[in-house]
This record gives sequence, structure tokens and C-alpha cells, in this order.
Amino acid sequence: MELLLAIITGLLYAAGIYMIMRRSIVKLILGIVLLGNGVNLLIFLLGRITKGEPPIISDSDKILEGIFADPIPQALILTAIVISFGLQSFAIILVKRAYKVLKTDDLDQLNTTDEDS
Amino acid sequence: MTNHVIILPLIVNLLFSIILMFFWRNINFQKLFSVIGNAIGLGVAIYVFTHVYQNGTQVVEAGNWEAPFGIVFVGDMLAATLVLLTAISGLAVSIFSSISVINARLRFGYFSVFQFLLLGLNGAFLTGDIFNLYVWFEIIIISSFVLISIGGEKNQLEGAVKYFALNFFASMIFLTALGVLYGLAGTLNMADLAGKVQSIENRTLVDVCAVLFLVGFGIKSAIFPLYFWLPASYHTPPSAVSAIFAGLLTKVGVYALIRVFSMIFEIDVFLQNLLIGLGILTIFSGGIGALTHTNIRKVFSYLIICHIGFMIGGLGLFTKVALTGVVFYLIHDIIVKTNLFLIAGVIYRIKATTNMNKIGGLYANYPKLSLLMAIPLFSLVGVPPLSGFWPKLSLILASFSEAQYWYFGALIFGSFITLFIIARLWSKAFWKDQPEFKRERKFIYFYELRPFQKLQFIMPIMLLTFVSLYIGFGANHIQELSVRIAEEITNKDLYIKAVLNP
Repeated sequence: MELLLAIITGLLYAAGIYMIMRRSIVKLILGIVLLGNGVNLLIFLLGRITKGEPPIISDSDKILEGIFADPIPQALILTAIVISFGLQSFAIILVKRAYKVLKTDDLDQLNTTDEDS
Repeated sequence: MTNHVIILPLIVNLLFSIILMFFWRNINFQKLFSVIGNAIGLGVAIYVFTHVYQNGTQVVEAGNWEAPFGIVFVGDMLAATLVLLTAISGLAVSIFSSISVINARLRFGYFSVFQFLLLGLNGAFLTGDIFNLYVWFEIIIISSFVLISIGGEKNQLEGAVKYFALNFFASMIFLTALGVLYGLAGTLNMADLAGKVQSIENRTLVDVCAVLFLVGFGIKSAIFPLYFWLPASYHTPPSAVSAIFAGLLTKVGVYALIRVFSMIFEIDVFLQNLLIGLGILTIFSGGIGALTHTNIRKVFSYLIICHIGFMIGGLGLFTKVALTGVVFYLIHDIIVKTNLFLIAGVIYRIKATTNMNKIGGLYANYPKLSLLMAIPLFSLVGVPPLSGFWPKLSLILASFSEAQYWYFGALIFGSFITLFIIARLWSKAFWKDQPEFKRERKFIYFYELRPFQKLQFIMPIMLLTFVSLYIGFGANHIQELSVRIAEEITNKDLYIKAVLNP
């Protein structure tokens, strides 16, 4: 399971970064989405995967004992998903507006701000 | 009952951003209320600052969860000082926005988002939890995305795409670093991390994690190979927006670097050389970039990069004297850089362009205003006794005593090139005769404004100039404060003790 997740995380990172480096702004968005998911999986993986051991204290005990699944990475991922959802929806609107105004989706054409005016 | 003073600035900003949202259509009300809100914010920030100054580091545990488990807010001297500076810049920029930003832009909730930006900044300075720091960073960037793209002009959207892409990428790298750090240490509280990271056996992974943090914050603070988004986007939004960005957004990256590399990671020889090397290259690339441009706002954008290099190099030295210089420079830089972009905004209002070749004769037409503008310009250069001189003194002393002669040379080069650029700006924009002047129709020039509107333009500059003058002439107070902050940074046990045994 860990190995599979590690490979998927690596693939998502690679694909995301590759897409960000392409010239089209639509691919930029796809890259951002993939990278965001890759990061979430990474946090999930690094929080150690424990199967079938929920962090619930039974009635007879006072503290958790033995191996149990860490709930914090899941909380972190949830937060990160919400944030990246907001950012991605903003990005889609921004790119749509930018495409309408600039009339190109080629990032190499976006160089008017580099000139002096 | 713990003392909740340090979260007051957050509450004020949040409250006013929500109030302003309810008056979405009523622009005049929003203008008034945002200025009132920022004035209250400044009052609260001064209160927080004096409270922390007198009583030492303050800790608030959110939801009363004990320190390493819950989220904590920590107000030490560094955080309190930066909150105060944020409030000062925020007040100045909100007054300036109320006149310089056109109503078409203000109609889309400009002031509300502006308050959210200040909320994010204050939160980032005050939090003591590294994941919470990420969340505040996201609040900062999402508000800044809205502010940079509000209005939707052609080059603004183009700048926004670049700004968005790199800042989002930086956040992802920051989050990756966070994930790795959590996997290694199993905690997110910065004070707790400080102890636990030392005892991790896998040092290679710790170093990788440190470099990931450096890259993530490096993009945000625009240090050498990662700065290209800054000059491509900072000159596109209205001057008021660039002013708050210039003053605070890159500095929050520097703050995060100081925090992470003083608390969590030790600066070893590798990191020291890396930081100093990056600092030197940042100074050079920013300085040389500024030379090649004639648009005033673009020149100032490059100068931001150049001066970030001073702080990064100083952080790399990590001696008490160097850190005193870094903190003092941070204090000086926030005020002066905000002021510079406000000045660029006024110049634009006077001449309808910010290209230095197309303007001139400012001194002949507006002698008093020009003299007012001269003070921040020369503070930036560091003409003694103005504010830029004192931190450079500490940095130069530190670089000399640590035998870091390249950094020493870069400091001198950076100061010299800043002097040259400001002198060029002064001679071109202020002393040169006005080249042929084509009056633009539909543009309201500065001299056509009513006296009260002129005052709205000039008052924020006067406020910030006054603060700059105080930093320069009251340098012994600021120096004392910087020494105290530098002591807190180098002696992290104080912070850990305050957080873990309150």
C-alpha cells in the first residue's frame, strides 16, 4: 500500500510540475490541480498508514494504547483540500478572464508586463 | 483566565472585514469605515505592542487545548513589532485607497478584501503553529489575488496570472515541506518542533525539508532565482495595492524564514553559505534589474528584491549583531517601501505616467511635496541620520567581524546602486525640465483635485514619512528594540518555555 501510494504521489508531482511548465494556461490549471492532489496524498502517506485501528479510546481505558491511526494528517488534508479548492476555482475564473482579454492561451505571449511603459 | 490581548488585532480585522461586506454597494460608507477600522486597528496594535513590551512573550491557546496539541498564538517581540508595522501601513494605505482607487474597483469589495489581507498578515505573524502559518499564508495570497486582479485591465490580468502561478506553486512546496516535517517529527507546534527536530536521526531528510522551506518562502519573499514574478506583477495593480504588497507581502516571507530557521532548523555551514550566497545574488540581480528600467514602479519593484537580499544575507550570518541589523532593516523597509509606492501613485496622479523619461519638473511645480518625497527616498538610500543608515551599519559590522567579505562587498554595492538609482530618479523626475506634455483627456490630474482630496493623497505619505523620521532620529529606541528581538531569536529557549509551560 505504501509503495503504491508513494509511486502515485511521485507521478502526481511529476505530472503536475510538467503541466505547470507547459506554455498553455489551461495546462497550468491542470498542473495546479494535480500538484495539489499530490501534496495531499504525500501528507496522508507521511502520517503513516494504519489499517483498522481508529483512534478511539475504549470505555475501560483512559489513554490510547498500541498502534492507532493518526487523525491529524486527515485534518490537515481536509484543510488543504478546502483551501486548494478555493484557489483552483479562483484560478479557473482568472484564466478565463485573462483568455478573454488577452486573446491568447500561450504563456510565451504574455510578455507585455515585462516591457517598459 | 488567560490574557487574550494578542489576538485582538485579528478580531478587529475580521470584524471590520465582515461589517464592510454588509455595505457592499455603499462605497462612501466603506471608505469611511475602512479608515475608522484601520485607525482602531492601529490603536489595538499599539496596545498589543506595549503589552508585549512590558510583560514579555504572551501565549494564547485556541480553544484551551494545551500547547503541543492545540493551536497556539504567540506574541513575542518580533511578532508584536510586525503587527504594529502592519497596522501603520494598513492605515496609510487605506486612507490612500479611499482617494486613489477608482470607484469601479471599489465596488467589488476592495476594502473588505483589504481587511482580510491585514487579517492574514497579523495571523501569520502571531501564530505559533506551522500548519496554521500555512493557512494564514493562504488567506494572504487569496486576498492578494483578488486585490491584484480587481479591475481586470489587460496587463493587470497578465500580471495576476504570473503572480498566481508562482505563489500557488510556492504554497504547494511549503505544504510539501510541512508534510515531510510532520512525518519526521509528528508535531506541528513550532516550539515543540524546535526540540524534536534536533533529535531526528535522519539528518539528510531534515536538510531536504529545510531546503524545501527555503524554496517555498524564497518564492514568496522574492529571493534570487525565484523573484521573476515580482517585477512582472507589482507595477500592474493600482498604486495603493502595490504599496501594501511591497511593504508587507515579501516581508512576511522574510519573517517566516527568520522564524523557521531560528526555531526549527539550525543554521549549519551549508545553510549559512547558501543563505549568504543567495543574499548576495539577490542584491546584485535586484540592483542591476533596477538600473535597466525607466518605469518608476518597476524600478521600485526591483529595489524591493535588492533589499530583500540584505536581510537574507544577514539571516545567514546569524550572529546577534547581524540579526539586530536584519530586524532593524525589516522595520525600516516595511515603512519605506510602502511609502515609495504611495509616492509613485502621487507622481502618476500628477503626470498620468510613471515613466521617468516622460516626466520632469516636479520640483519646480511642487517644491514642498517634492521635499516631502525626498525624505523616504533618501531614507531608502540610507543617508545618515535617516532610517536606512542604522541597520546597514549593524549588517556591515557583522559581515566584517564574521569575515564574510563577499557579503560585505554586496552590501556596499547594493547601497551604492540604490543611491545611484534614487539620484537618477531625482534628477530625471524632479529636476529635469518637463518634456513635451500631452494632456490626457478623461484623466483627473492632481491640480484639479479639491484640497481635501489632495490631503487624502498626501496625508498617508506624511504619516509614513513621520514614522521613517522617527526610526531615523529615534534610532536608539529602535536599536534597543532590535537588540531585544535579536536576543529572543537567538535564544529560542525563551520562546519554547513561554509556549510549553505557560
